[in-house]
Amino acid sequence: MLALSGVSVKSLHRHLLNFQPNQIMASHDYDDARGGGYDDPRQQQQSQDQLGYDPNYVPDSVKSFVVHLYRHIREKNVYEIHQMYETSFHTLSDRLFKDTPWPSVDAVAHYVDNDHVFCLLYKEMWFRHLYARLTPSLRQRIDSWDNYCSLFQVVLHGVVNMQLPNQWLWDMVDEFVYQFQSFCQYRAKMKNKTEQEIALLRQFDQAWSVYGVLNFLQALVEKSNIIQILENEKVGLEQFTSTDGYDYNGGSNVLKVLGYFGMVGLLRVHCLLGDYHTGLKCLQPIDISQQGVYTIVIGSHITTIYHYGFANLMLRRYVEAIREFNKILLYIYKTKQYHQKSPQYEQILKKNEQMYALLAICLSLCPQSRLVDETVNTQLREKYGEKMIRMQRYDDEAFAIYDELFSYACPKFITPSAPSFEEPLVNYNQDAYRLQLKLFLYEAKQQQLLSGVRTFLKVYSTISLAKLASYMEVDEPTLRTILITYKHKTHAVDSDGKVISNADVDFYIDDDMVHVVESKPAKRYGDYFLRQVVKLEGVINELDAIKLD
Amino acid sequence: MGRERESPTTTQQGYSVEQLVALNRYNPDILPDLENYVNDQVSLQTYSLESNLCLLRLYQFEPEKMSSQIVARILVKALMAMPAPDFSLCLFLIPERVQMEEQFKTLIVLSHYLETGRFRQFWDEASKNRHIVEAVPGFEQAIQGYAIHVLSLTYQKVPRTVLAEAINIEGVSLDKFLDHQVAKSGWALEKGSQGKGQLIVLPRNEFNDPILKKNTADSVPLDHITRIFPILS
Repeated sequence: MLALSGVSVKSLHRHLLNFQPNQIMASHDYDDARGGGYDDPRQQQQSQDQLGYDPNYVPDSVKSFVVHLYRHIREKNVYEIHQMYETSFHTLSDRLFKDTPWPSVDAVAHYVDNDHVFCLLYKEMWFRHLYARLTPSLRQRIDSWDNYCSLFQVVLHGVVNMQLPNQWLWDMVDEFVYQFQSFCQYRAKMKNKTEQEIALLRQFDQAWSVYGVLNFLQALVEKSNIIQILENEKVGLEQFTSTDGYDYNGGSNVLKVLGYFGMVGLLRVHCLLGDYHTGLKCLQPIDISQQGVYTIVIGSHITTIYHYGFANLMLRRYVEAIREFNKILLYIYKTKQYHQKSPQYEQILKKNEQMYALLAICLSLCPQSRLVDETVNTQLREKYGEKMIRMQRYDDEAFAIYDELFSYACPKFITPSAPSFEEPLVNYNQDAYRLQLKLFLYEAKQQQLLSGVRTFLKVYSTISLAKLASYMEVDEPTLRTILITYKHKTHAVDSDGKVISNADVDFYIDDDMVHVVESKPAKRYGDYFLRQVVKLEGVINELDAIKLD
Repeated sequence: MGRERESPTTTQQGYSVEQLVALNRYNPDILPDLENYVNDQVSLQTYSLESNLCLLRLYQFEPEKMSSQIVARILVKALMAMPAPDFSLCLFLIPERVQMEEQFKTLIVLSHYLETGRFRQFWDEASKNRHIVEAVPGFEQAIQGYAIHVLSLTYQKVPRTVLAEAINIEGVSLDKFLDHQVAKSGWALEKGSQGKGQLIVLPRNEFNDPILKKNTADSVPLDHITRIFPILS
């Protein structure tokens, strides 16, 4: 048994418990039985794909898969679980379930002693596979929510004694947030909803509710006590990072690690809501300047830094965003090849491209290319070099590029509130995105004249206000406001309220004379010498190893 | 997953609103407490970005509960927190159709003037909208504080007229203000040369004086050096 015996697990959501696998079929029938008027090609496609899918048919390979996976979980063989989870599951999916769901949980349950927790885990994978390869129906979305509720309830009540691979635990949190986002997008497209869909949405109005999602993540963080654990670890009282989150004393790692990834999940949800400040706050217990459990799983590493960087970009802390984007892009560049076979590979590449776009935005607003590694810079110039030059111009075309890059690279913002079911039904799935885009472009516009000033400041050590004003073709009072804007926009306020300079070229005004202060790019000598020392040592060692005849 | 509800601002359990926000931030039941707390912040001249963001978030989850008046107060308070980016942080959470309301449009314009250093336009616009900004005590002083902050980042010596425009104080009042700053904040006054007006010498800081800038650029952290210890030995 994967759950400790004698503990009953209550579900907050009664209807969950009524979940029967035959409802999966029922929901398909339900979709097909929809009355005319609304043609939804997506649904038809789905029913065709699933023609001939028998949820009760369990091929031998699947039987063997669940039996072994169940055994490995019982024996806490993390290595084997990981192999089956990362490799076998995808191999089988590719071979047998390219465009149909896996067999229903009821069909496999008796191979695994009808183990409650294993069945929850199986269903979690079942839905994840469905979301990745097919289009989930509304009923399936609701059922998947119910499954997460049951699964997290079990974990939160501390009744599991499993040891699961970090990758899997990360995927659970990641998928949970993804399905929430996907549900919000789906729900916001009200125009094409059928009466039945609307009835279901009304009936199950708690499914994927933003409160439920946030509270589950928050509960995982709190119940796991992970914040305290990380604090204790700093003073040597407890181990977490050094054991990669695993528990070698017979305990379960599930709640702890889910709590840990829950913080990343909260960061992501808050970014989707446009609440960047709170998002960063949720992540604070994790020290992202260091390696940690979040860097072990590539997906978690990328998600964390992508959202961290994006939030900092929106908070105008460009230097911080540039620094972290640079680090992770360099890391991806160096390690990409090892992930080629990973099921996350495509996702890695996509986030990689998006982060280059965000880096291009940051550097256009805050030209600190000395913070960027040569390798990353070369890639960046290849991808966005020409666009970045145009972004410097600050005409309409430049804004079009800001718009384009932002839209391409931003998170999929959501409107968390339930729709109005009053006629006429309207789509509101773009609202949240449009608002964030608009406010971002507004910010870019406020910084419109700064790159012009910067250009002049770069070539002078001192220049009078009158002269600078005439070069910039503005009057003196206007110039003063531009210079004030430059100072304000290049001096961000960090989370402690401290002022930090993001300026590469700075200045001060004494009466009516501008004195330019260029921060010298002399920075990297120490670093450079260190690297050369190591390199030389390597060369010498190699030479030593060569035996001359 | 509703949690136990805590009672309002002065709770029997002795929870402050900040604690409520920390412990219970995804609970719709704390909404009235947070609204009261906004009013407290206005009357007591205190400020809590965390609890205001929390309230805006709850409004975002249940738009039908939104109170325009409370949102307006939050936004004025956020303006007063400049140079921190609080005003944008709030706008990110307020639906666009709400931002179309007249009073919010005004506040957005005011924020725009402050963000782009156009103090004269700011004070003009503010004076036309006294009903919005004067509802919040301490507004003027807070904006003056922001103006002085950016002037101090920018100038070593600032002409009297430029300062006057930025903080919207003139004549005798300005003299009084300057006397106070000279006594309390280390400002100094200088006569302008050749028929030019008075100059105000602002205290030096690392942003208006390169000499005070800490030069950490060329140092190498110890843990980097330790990496090559094996080689050096």
